[in-house]
Amino acid sequence: MTTLTAVGLPPAKGRAGFPGALRSEWTKIRSVRSTTYTLLATAIVTIGISTLFAWGQSGHLGQGDLPNFDPVRNSMFGIVFGQLVIVVIGAMTLSGEYTTGMIRTSLSAMPRRGVVFGAKLTVFTLVALVTGLFCSFTSFFIGQTFFNDVTLQDFGPVKPGSPDLPVPSAPVHVHLSTTLGAPHVLQAVIGGGLYLAVSSLLAFGLAALLRHTAGAITAAIALLFVTFIMTQFLPHDWAVHVDKWIPFLAGSQIWGTHKLGGDAVPMLSAWAGFAVFTGYAAIAIIGGAALFRKRDA
Amino acid sequence: MIEATGLTKRYGDKLAVDDLSFSVRPGQVTGFLGPNGAGKSTTMRMILGLDAPTSGTVTVNGKPFSAVDHPMREVGALLDAKAIHGGRSAYNHLLCLAQTNDLPARRVGEVLEMVGLTEVARKRSKGFSLGMGQRLGIAAALLGDPRVLMFDEPVNGLDPEGILWIRNLMKALAAGGRTVFVSSHLMSEMEHTADHLLVIGRGRLIADCTVAEFIERNSEQQVKVRSPHADKLAELVSAAGGRVTADGGTLHVANLPLERVGDLAFDNGIRLHELTSVQASLEEAFMELTKDSVEYHAAVPAAQRAESGAEQKAEA
Repeated sequence: MTTLTAVGLPPAKGRAGFPGALRSEWTKIRSVRSTTYTLLATAIVTIGISTLFAWGQSGHLGQGDLPNFDPVRNSMFGIVFGQLVIVVIGAMTLSGEYTTGMIRTSLSAMPRRGVVFGAKLTVFTLVALVTGLFCSFTSFFIGQTFFNDVTLQDFGPVKPGSPDLPVPSAPVHVHLSTTLGAPHVLQAVIGGGLYLAVSSLLAFGLAALLRHTAGAITAAIALLFVTFIMTQFLPHDWAVHVDKWIPFLAGSQIWGTHKLGGDAVPMLSAWAGFAVFTGYAAIAIIGGAALFRKRDA
Repeated sequence: MIEATGLTKRYGDKLAVDDLSFSVRPGQVTGFLGPNGAGKSTTMRMILGLDAPTSGTVTVNGKPFSAVDHPMREVGALLDAKAIHGGRSAYNHLLCLAQTNDLPARRVGEVLEMVGLTEVARKRSKGFSLGMGQRLGIAAALLGDPRVLMFDEPVNGLDPEGILWIRNLMKALAAGGRTVFVSSHLMSEMEHTADHLLVIGRGRLIADCTVAEFIERNSEQQVKVRSPHADKLAELVSAAGGRVTADGGTLHVANLPLERVGDLAFDNGIRLHELTSVQASLEEAFMELTKDSVEYHAAVPAAQRAESGAEQKAEA
């Protein structure tokens, strides 16, 4: 018969609470392969697409694009797709507890559910922020190397009434890159990381509400991506009222030095938009937390 | 010590647990017995606070489980061995649980050693056999060296060696003064491990007694007697101190030896068509006791029954 004396167990002191729960959640998130895979996928998609886009831009710009060229946003275009990947980690971190049944074991070890939820949220927020900032800064720096020397693909002036094809003018090289020290640039690059992190937190909250991985991911993508696509079909007199509240358009104002969405439709400012975007995530998380505490596990 | 008072759980219009009051005492193995769907798991989930009771309360060592300072030092539970993230190694699974209760990491190695999983500690648990998964669940329950242990159907699907191991473990834990609460739908399993029994059916408490009492009460020697004058015989047998259950012309007599019943009939000139001794097994007693409280009866189609009857005759 195995011995039952607990040699490695010192006497209890205090009360088990948040610090222990934080350590536990850190162990949980680092000890499953899906975390590594999805984080890598987020980085590859965000940085990869950003790089491709910046490279493409650097060879396709014309004279007319210069006044509105945003070297920050154009270096981080991959965020548009990266958000679709990072929501997977956000959803899985929470819903994984339910789909595996681990939640029952977790809550049997620590029945104070607010502590469990808070610790999981804190650890995940940190992981998402580090991932988001790594993606945004890396994309930014790669993009600037392309924008450092842009060959304008401009066409010569077309003579009125001339049937001749325009003749390409001599290639013009311009320097479009920027630095973190330029106005609003640091805020925008950090904003790129924040945008990705908050996207995944929205998915985390949705997962707490729905307790279902695929459902939470679908809902997150619908909110982040589909609502944005739908704004493209809105009549103008609706768009002026609706567009600025769309999660993608509100949240994305922060990760550029120029406004996203042009001048035809009013948009929120960088921080106001980001606050609205964070508000959506907060609603999902607060609702999810309330259900997490109340529902039978 | 687990104490439940008026514990009730309702899912929609279905009453899963109905006004259960009981206490599970330390130093012995208490069996929680009932057919599938009787409410055993729901009750255990309410003890752990996984499900909120519709009404009633349950405490562990005098406190609701969620108010306990170090929950894992108070209660170790194995409700479902599959309730783990299969992508995590056994070691990390136990580590993340230990950390919630500020238990030192070296305790993880200790429980892995106890359940014999040291060699696979770094392997992902999704590759574990049923028995290994069960051992991992027990390791988790033992982490905090708790005073109360709960196991829900712990031997389900285990091989004989695993069953023996769990039985001995439960007995050893109880012998060490701990409270051990174990559920099963098999009476035979309880005969081997439990000292005390709580029997439930359809969410209601049917019996709360020692195993010895349960056996004495429910598996007594009975006499089956068939007579055209059953009514008269029933009166005589009752007067002689027997307990009678009548079913048409057939009587079941308890508390009176077979010879005595035969003599009574002879002395009073009552014609007998049958006089047999019946020994109810414990399993039968349990079936009898919970017959009306089984949630899902398996219906055997009449045609199939007739067929199998015909086959038996043919074989004979």
